[in-house]
Amino acid sequence: MIDVENLSFSYDDEDSEAKRYVIEGLNLHIEKGSFVAVLGHNGSGKSTLAKHFNGILLPSGGKVYVAGMDTTDEKHIYDIRSTAGMVFQNPDNQIVAAIVEDEIAFAPENLGVAPQDIRKRVDECLRIVHMTEFAKASPSRLSGGQKQRVAIAGVLAMEPDCIILDEATAMLDPQGRRDVMTTIKDLNREKGITVVLITHYMDEAAMADRIVVMEKGKAVMDDVPKKVFSQVDRIKKIGLDVPQVTELLFNLRNLGIDLPQDVITVEECEKILLGKLKGHEK
Amino acid sequence: MFKDITIGQYIEGDSFIHKMDARMKILLGMFYIIILFIISTPAAYAAFTLFTALLIIVSKMPFKYIVRGLKPMLYILVFTAVINLFMTQGQTILWVCPFWSALKITQEGLRTAVLMILRLVYLVIGTSILTLTTSPLMLTDGIESLLKPFEIIKLPSHEIAMMMTIAIRFIPTLSEETEKIIKAQTARGADFESGNIFRRAKAMVPLLVPLFISAFRRADDLAVAMDARCYNGGKNRTRMKQMKMTARDAFAAIFMLIFAVVVIAMQKVM
Amino acid sequence: MIKVTDLNYIYQQGMPFEKKALSDVSFEIPDGDFVAIIGHTGSGKSTLIQHLNALVRPTSGRIEIDGIDITDPKTDLREIRKKVGLVFQYPEHQLFEESVYKDIAFGPVNMGLSEEKVRERVYEAIGLVGLDETLLEKSPFELSGGQKRRTAIAGVLSMKPKVLILDEPTAGLDPHGRDEILGQLLRLHEQNSGMTIIFVSHSMEDVAKIAKNVLVMNRGRLVMHGSVAEVFARGEELKKIGLDVPQITELTQLLIKDGINIRPDVYTVKFASELLAKMIKETENV
Repeated sequence: MIDVENLSFSYDDEDSEAKRYVIEGLNLHIEKGSFVAVLGHNGSGKSTLAKHFNGILLPSGGKVYVAGMDTTDEKHIYDIRSTAGMVFQNPDNQIVAAIVEDEIAFAPENLGVAPQDIRKRVDECLRIVHMTEFAKASPSRLSGGQKQRVAIAGVLAMEPDCIILDEATAMLDPQGRRDVMTTIKDLNREKGITVVLITHYMDEAAMADRIVVMEKGKAVMDDVPKKVFSQVDRIKKIGLDVPQVTELLFNLRNLGIDLPQDVITVEECEKILLGKLKGHEK
Repeated sequence: MFKDITIGQYIEGDSFIHKMDARMKILLGMFYIIILFIISTPAAYAAFTLFTALLIIVSKMPFKYIVRGLKPMLYILVFTAVINLFMTQGQTILWVCPFWSALKITQEGLRTAVLMILRLVYLVIGTSILTLTTSPLMLTDGIESLLKPFEIIKLPSHEIAMMMTIAIRFIPTLSEETEKIIKAQTARGADFESGNIFRRAKAMVPLLVPLFISAFRRADDLAVAMDARCYNGGKNRTRMKQMKMTARDAFAAIFMLIFAVVVIAMQKVM
Repeated sequence: MIKVTDLNYIYQQGMPFEKKALSDVSFEIPDGDFVAIIGHTGSGKSTLIQHLNALVRPTSGRIEIDGIDITDPKTDLREIRKKVGLVFQYPEHQLFEESVYKDIAFGPVNMGLSEEKVRERVYEAIGLVGLDETLLEKSPFELSGGQKRRTAIAGVLSMKPKVLILDEPTAGLDPHGRDEILGQLLRLHEQNSGMTIIFVSHSMEDVAKIAKNVLVMNRGRLVMHGSVAEVFARGEELKKIGLDVPQITELTQLLIKDGINIRPDVYTVKFASELLAKMIKETENV
């Protein structure tokens, strides 16, 4: 779906002396239909990377291909952007229209879709994100989580193969984050849409099939969540969190208790501990 | 801060006026204003008042919304009335100030003052009915479509309409933000309410600087978000909601025309 | 000491969007307490804290700060706002001065302090939030996200409030920035034993890390008020009102449900590790 080849990027001018790279020599292949989380702290380069996936930023060095199209090829820029849709961080700053359904119609209108087809797409997208009852509402009356779901619908209306969420949950409350995560998981599982989730919340990353950890413009870890989080020391050193239960088992191991390391859910952890706690029943 | 301003607010409904084509509404609204500025006799105004009352009834808008829209206008109304009342020269003098004879009220002055107030009030009511019954998107679409012929003289009709759409969309966001910054600075001992004009203007700095910074940041974000959704100006753009003139619009236009003839006739005769 | 009695607040009374934001809220917070207010969006927690320094006037009820009723129209609000400092959500969005120094000095200058005193206050405040002196002459807009937020918090601390209230101080920060701010708050509380700190949070994990007591709000009502351990022991109820409990709390609850005899008030990883290690070793030694 997305291929990144030896990508480098710098915000500095071409010939400025101390050129600082935000991304340096990064290679990445994102499989069609997968759910990939890019985890990193602020300034790790994760958002800069995301903005390369739909040609908002263009590489200083290397190449980015979206569905085989080179992002520097101006001919394909609208094809690239409608293939890889993007939802941004601030829910208030990405909504254009004053009515929810008009907001969702915005992208297909830009693409020149016929009016009756736009109507169909809008109704379908509203249904997918469970916002049908708010079709005529003003976005300013919605909660943060609802606004982000409208933004997702606005991107879905382009019928993309891939959705990139650039820290789209960072400004939401727990309820809003849960709703947005449920929505994108459904999109991935049921519609087969490729999801790239840029985040610094480890609990969200844990829901993905694969986690790429970014640090100083490089991908330093790349594996399934269980394997990534089992390296507790390394993750903590980077300035990120691991699930509390993973940390708990890590601590217990350090205290000399024989336990598996790759556990990230409460249920799994409880099952393991139950076996170790015989004799402590009431 | 903006909650009393009814111009620019939209209230959903299914009245005859709600269902009209936005373009026809804008045109007839302009026509309404032209008539308002032509007429000057009491008889014509009586007919105009009846017509405006009819508009309010047909639009099914609660009367209190219309009245609330006039509230922020109060100062302008009083100011206009006072200026006209005392400044108009005329033959029939009704009252002279006992202390300063230059200050007097003439019959002409009284007449102009009343006329100006009525004009302003009907102007606000007319535009309020237009915006209360037309969704912002329809309104901007209507304006875009009406401005289209002027593209020959390089008028960017689509860009103007898009700017209006975005402005309408961001009014509630920025007004919320303003309230929050006022509160935050008040908590740090800022005083926005006392002192002379100069002091008050200076006291606005802690409000305006953050507000502008945030507005620019939002504008930046929005531009990127629009880019990401393939926005490319008005070129090859389609619209989900098509505007269509129907028999309803033709009926409204004919009705308005008859009304105009009646009012202007009254103006000439009485 | 803060004493709130039968506080009610109706938002936009008489308007189409009228809403009861606070209903019969009563509580007391003693001097030097470290309290977290939790609840989901719309539970009334932000409205509540804005009442505490009279930015919002209650529809009915009493709020006393050190025995002074701040709902009395005759009360000097400037005095109240000196005593109760309020840091809003995303406070860095309210920075406006040309230098960090001037921004932090804004509050003390408004209080009418002498130049010398203001200077003292600014230096004290940056010490409390751990900002470097070399940043003082910089524009606040050149700073990093975390530094901006600490500048904004220093701008409230420079007024030397007896009560410091923060609305979601860690919102939008990454784990590193979050731990920095939380650590700073904890130190602040340790170094100023008389200072009461109240913070609003969505994150139960933040609460577990630093707070002593917790107020839980739901639909404008105060539904729980107690120590962190007491509140977390009622995890089932917290989940019912839509709050996220930390994984550790969830784990202990599952273990209890499956018949294990473990304390219900375990809520930090550190404590859970020690406790479980001891329990498991007991089993192994049998």
